[in-house]
Amino acid sequence: MPQATADLFASPCLQFKGSMVPLTTLELLYFDPEKFSQTLQEKIQQAPNLFKNLPLVLSLDKFADDINNLNLLQIRELCAAQELQLVGIRATEPAQIAAAQAAGLAVLQPSRGRQEAPEDDSQSSLQKASEPQTANPQSGAEATEEVEDPPPGNGVAANRVIRTPIRSGQQVYAPGGDLIIMAPVSAGAEILADGNIHVYGPLRGRALAGVRGNTEAMVFCQSLEAELVSIAGQYKISEDLLGNHWKKPSLLKLEDDRLVIREL
Amino acid sequence: MGKTTTSASIATGLAKRGHKTVVIDFDVGLRNLDLIMNCERRVVYDFVNVINGEATLNQALIKDKHTDKLHILPASQTRDKEALTREGVEKVLNELSESFEYIVCDSPAGIEHGALMALYYADEAIVVTNPEVSSVRDSDRILGILQSKSRRAEMGMDPVREHLLLTRYNPERVIKGEMLSVQDVEEILAVPLLGVIPESQAVLTASNQGIPVIHDDLSDAGQAYQDAVARLLGEEREHRFLDVQKKGFFSRVFGGKA
Repeated sequence: MPQATADLFASPCLQFKGSMVPLTTLELLYFDPEKFSQTLQEKIQQAPNLFKNLPLVLSLDKFADDINNLNLLQIRELCAAQELQLVGIRATEPAQIAAAQAAGLAVLQPSRGRQEAPEDDSQSSLQKASEPQTANPQSGAEATEEVEDPPPGNGVAANRVIRTPIRSGQQVYAPGGDLIIMAPVSAGAEILADGNIHVYGPLRGRALAGVRGNTEAMVFCQSLEAELVSIAGQYKISEDLLGNHWKKPSLLKLEDDRLVIREL
Repeated sequence: MGKTTTSASIATGLAKRGHKTVVIDFDVGLRNLDLIMNCERRVVYDFVNVINGEATLNQALIKDKHTDKLHILPASQTRDKEALTREGVEKVLNELSESFEYIVCDSPAGIEHGALMALYYADEAIVVTNPEVSSVRDSDRILGILQSKSRRAEMGMDPVREHLLLTRYNPERVIKGEMLSVQDVEEILAVPLLGVIPESQAVLTASNQGIPVIHDDLSDAGQAYQDAVARLLGEEREHRFLDVQKKGFFSRVFGGKA
């Protein structure tokens, strides 16, 4: 046996590691197979790339319907039909947890004290599915800290302006508009917008523009030092961003479905 | 990391300059402040006793032996952290603010219950950080919590005033690239710099003797804390001890003590 192989077999064959994996959450208010399928399809059509083979967590925090109407196996099949993979649920009700275990799905801790931005399409049984969430069983508590409330709808696009630094662990989302940040965005922070993102300061965290599939969205920053930049699901991580534009004023946008960086 | 050392020195510094000051240990279960202040043998009642109404504030407050206008409210070593309730803390702080000019809350590490209680009622916050990436990242996180979970944030009042204090700074190691520089840390955190405390044997010696290092007028760390207190009170003072000291100069002046 070669020496290297002998060394390999001398060490344990597995080890546990804690890690943060971004997961998209599907918030279910009630379950109706036909509506579910239809709404899911509509949502996916807005950003097919973002959703392809996406692992999903079903959140039952706001499930208000009778538990007997909830068929997790059927939900999993309906998701699979749209090339989405349901990997687990978030729930607290014992009946829901039991149903998940019977269906062979993982049970994750529910989000605590999370404020959802008001949605326009409140008729739909699926709340917005496109906001990436960080699933981390250990510190889910402060995964999302809204710095300011979103401005009320006033007919104009719901842009959001923030003047204070966005710190590690904070998440700020501008639903339905642009996000303008006049301060640094720290490493470990996450900023999201349905429209463009402007950062008048260094961008060191994660920036996701056009999260609901707007391919025209752009990211502007005074100094590009980001951990991740994504536009309508196309993303680059910091390793890909290192280069001529690193720490320089930059513009990121989609050209022919590819994320490109331009000098500002 | 230097939070308790800093709390002890800042509180002592404020008192030495004539301001009536109390320092509260929020680290329930560990209790370090009274060791650093050398009063652990005089602890009869503690913060949790006062919150639970088992003792009055006057019974629990310990008068510092070295500094006239300084009092210490020790933490409990045995109790559960959850004994600190928001209402209880508020009651104690309100009562203290009637007779003290400054209340220094020594926060435990991390972002758990004790730290959240210590920062909730803050008007000003001194964030203590070391010149290393992980420490700076944690400070960034706590600054975020300060601006979103404090009472001032929840009530929509003026935000908590932030100060940055860099401890264990070693210019030689900065030049070697083993530590972040003051400029690096300031750039990442974007918070006004209150002071830079050099890495010093005097800090360790002072902790072991139970005399806050700010009393040590001859040490660089003691002087740096005095500068920080002066800045906290609104004085303009130039930052010192940021560069590598020329060999020979300090030993000549201070007899090698620094």
